[in-house]
Amino acid sequence: MSARSHRFKDHWQEQRLFFSRVIAAGIVVVLLTGLLVARLVQLQIVDYQRFSELSRGNQIKIEPLAPTRGLIYDRNGLIIAENRPTWQLVAVPEQIGDLDQVLVALENLELIDPADHPVLVDLVRSHRRFERVTLGNLTEIEAARFAVRRHLLQGIDIQEALVRYYPFGEAAAHAVGYVGSISTTDLEQIDRANYAATSQIGKTGVERSYESTLHGKAGYRQQVVNAQGRVLLDPATDSTAVDDSAPAGGLETRWPEPGNHVVLSLDMRLQIAAREAMGDLRGAVIAIDPRNGDVLALLSTPSFDPNLFTAGISAVQFLELNTSIDRPLFNRALGGRYPPGSTIKPFLGLAGLYHEAVIPEEEHYCPGFFRLPGSSHRYRDWRPQGHGDVDLRDAIVQSCDVYFYRLAVALEIDAIEQFLKAFGFGSRTGLDIFGEDPGIVPSREWKRVRFSRREDQVWFPGETVITGIGQGFTQVTPLQLAHAGAVLAARGRDFRPRLLIGGEDAVTREVEMFEPIEQAGIQGVDPEHWQIIHEAMVGVTTDPRGSGRGAMVGTAYAVAGKTGTAQVFSVGQDEEYEEEQVDERLRDHRWFFAYAPAEAPTIALSVVIENGGSVAPAAPVARAVLDAFFESNEYVARQP
Amino acid sequence: MSLGSLDFGSLHRGSFRSAKRSGGLIIDLPLLITMLAVTGIGFIVLYSAVGGDMGLLLRQGIRFAVAFAAFLLFAQIPPRYLRMWTPWLYLGVLGLLLGVMVEGEIGKGAQRWLDLGIVRFQPSEFAKLTVPLMVAWFLHERPLPPTLGQMCVMLVIVLVPAALIYEQPDLGTAVLVLAAGGLTILLAGISLRMIALVLALAAAATPAIWPFLHDYQRTRVLTFLNPETDPLGAGYNIIQSKIAIGSGHLFGKGWLNGTQAHLEFLPERSTDFIFAVMAEEFGLLGLVLLLTLYLVLVGRGLYIASQAQDTFTRLVAGSISLTLFFYVFVNAGMVSGLLPIVGVPLPLVSAGGTSMVTLMAGFGMLAAISGNRKLLAA
Repeated sequence: MSARSHRFKDHWQEQRLFFSRVIAAGIVVVLLTGLLVARLVQLQIVDYQRFSELSRGNQIKIEPLAPTRGLIYDRNGLIIAENRPTWQLVAVPEQIGDLDQVLVALENLELIDPADHPVLVDLVRSHRRFERVTLGNLTEIEAARFAVRRHLLQGIDIQEALVRYYPFGEAAAHAVGYVGSISTTDLEQIDRANYAATSQIGKTGVERSYESTLHGKAGYRQQVVNAQGRVLLDPATDSTAVDDSAPAGGLETRWPEPGNHVVLSLDMRLQIAAREAMGDLRGAVIAIDPRNGDVLALLSTPSFDPNLFTAGISAVQFLELNTSIDRPLFNRALGGRYPPGSTIKPFLGLAGLYHEAVIPEEEHYCPGFFRLPGSSHRYRDWRPQGHGDVDLRDAIVQSCDVYFYRLAVALEIDAIEQFLKAFGFGSRTGLDIFGEDPGIVPSREWKRVRFSRREDQVWFPGETVITGIGQGFTQVTPLQLAHAGAVLAARGRDFRPRLLIGGEDAVTREVEMFEPIEQAGIQGVDPEHWQIIHEAMVGVTTDPRGSGRGAMVGTAYAVAGKTGTAQVFSVGQDEEYEEEQVDERLRDHRWFFAYAPAEAPTIALSVVIENGGSVAPAAPVARAVLDAFFESNEYVARQP
Repeated sequence: MSLGSLDFGSLHRGSFRSAKRSGGLIIDLPLLITMLAVTGIGFIVLYSAVGGDMGLLLRQGIRFAVAFAAFLLFAQIPPRYLRMWTPWLYLGVLGLLLGVMVEGEIGKGAQRWLDLGIVRFQPSEFAKLTVPLMVAWFLHERPLPPTLGQMCVMLVIVLVPAALIYEQPDLGTAVLVLAAGGLTILLAGISLRMIALVLALAAAATPAIWPFLHDYQRTRVLTFLNPETDPLGAGYNIIQSKIAIGSGHLFGKGWLNGTQAHLEFLPERSTDFIFAVMAEEFGLLGLVLLLTLYLVLVGRGLYIASQAQDTFTRLVAGSISLTLFFYVFVNAGMVSGLLPIVGVPLPLVSAGGTSMVTLMAGFGMLAAISGNRKLLAA
């Protein structure tokens, strides 16, 4: 190496070396140019005939083929979502002259809704010239009406297609969700090639969460079409054509790979029982298996018919659904936030036991109101005359407010916050569909962040008092309460709620069931403490003074439960809440959450009824669902 | 194609020797005429490709004006000044690339543009010139062929900006910068054994990496290598482009008569795929004419390189010429389905981008090298 570095620059030698390199480079340049020219000769002279045909008059069109969407089953193998043949109205942008004019013609034939006009224009424009765009679905009669006028409508055609169908209609709409037309927003988020032939995409619920599993992989076939776009050669129908006049590589067909089926945890029998029990009421029902987190029922009412969306919902219909004061599209089970009311009491009771803030047998006198030391403000009990002497069990069974005011003050807000959060309140449970609300577990920190004004950021002792009965800032979703109930039922074991429990390969029919996901849960609580709360909750449905007894009389199974009432309308210090005087929408919400059979729970559920007031308590709905559950599970009746 | 076209420059050696300085301006006449001929063809094809969109043509005209000014400017700079400035130019461009990268990180988007008011520039575009200049500068005082240690230094000079550009991400420009640097090193006379070694290592590394790739990465590589497996996506372009070329035949369908282009079947027809428009409308003969003109440009450049007086100018001239050919080959190869799709424009013909400016600036350097050699000799 060192010898080399002392070399002199030999200009003559270097020039010769460089010159030889330039010559070599020149030769390579000429050879590569020759290669290019040879390639061009091959394309332009040798294969000219073939390419010429393809370009002059004839064009190769790649027709994408849509995969068949996977089915959705309930836990017993009932089909919740399937595909049915129907007629679709399609447009081919490259063949349409005046888009507006064509759409107006279709509107005059009443095949599309004039209100959808601008949406359809955007949709057609956002596709490539050769891509087929689905404008909507047609009935048999509409398809016939179109067929006789097809010759007048250049660029518009009908085709047979499979369309999603939900046999249970609105009963499982919020859990399963629906598919709808691919919007321009959707287009930005998907692999467009894979969706070239697909007209609908999962919009909500399971259909959205498991879109990639259900959709499958698109295929395609090459066709030869003339300048007007008429198919001249189609490998699928004309096999002789493939050999002689095929373009480079032959006319190919790649069949789509169907989407896989999914098995849900839902039990449609429960789902239907819940739907029937709710009737015209607004609210939500959600049932969970505490042993694995399986969501057995997930209902939000009022509901809607998901088949409206697959049929291509009109703008007017959608607006109606979307702006209805009852908000049928809103998933109350996941996204509805309500004050938990008295349903919070078993959790606070357990917190009291854990933190030794309460002695279970110790009785406290309830005069019908509670006062903070040094304050004249009365926090009233729901029972104006009071409950008399009550211990922890009595307080839960009779839902004594004063006892829990006192307990909340003894615990202080930090301990309450910590314990409620351990049960999953205040954060999303992680259910595998979109739309969950985290709810609110208030704390000093939360208030500081939530409010901008200095004086609002301070935590007041009175706010701790009302947190004791689930009023004030605390807000929970029906899903959170059912999940917390499941954790209570399993004595601290915590499974993440899930809707998907298995999948079936569409081709091999191989079924795979997924393991439940166990989470950290609650550890370190004395088994005796769990038992005390458990017995009190059984008392709610069995004790003569139990607030949930009426609905649970004569069950063949033992139920541990808790009722709750969530105030919508705040009543003044010395006023009485007079239901008749309050607007229907300002009436109290009614809660019930429970698990059963009490001694070895296999189901935990929560029911909320919006503005149920005194007319529509939640426990009877829970009873209907539980009856359906135990009937179907052939549960062995408890010993008398 | 005959070998004769390569020697175009030497055939006219005598006749142009005295025409180097005309009116005080240094312009290499053969270079200038051929360059203008290619650009002229470019405008004719572009007019058809954009369907007579005058606004677009006007913008291309402005780009040409800027590029031609760059040609004239660089032609007047004596190569020894260029050599003195080279390290600063190189470091400046490196700084700009880093700046663009940092700005892109902050802005969370692909930021490769530098706004200069009238014209926007991609700093990566400058790297196509500064990288070969820097390699030539590095080798200028050193005896050739380079040693192994010097090889390593040159690799760093080339790879750092190329990697920065690749990260932008701009694969096409990164490949061109690599090619420009690599061709300079090749011309410097590194031993054939070393070339063989590098090629062998690259070939050996490819299958070794394969098992470590994810499925989706493999699919990406396979689609990259063979786009026709994906006719709904990237493959659409190449299928349509082959139809356009193939249907052109010997004489083409005639100017403005290309159906593939005018029925909008051909994508990117004014930029990366303009070669296919030319193929469809002017046929094989048109393409051979265009390729011949490119060969004349490359041949003239190589001739200037072979006549240059020192290592720096020799390497710069050789590299600029060969890089031009690399452009042409990669673009035409891609459009005709010989090579995978890389976003490389057809030099002097494709619309848009700032590549025309760097190309003509490079030709200006060639002219300067040619002209200054004569001054020295006289």
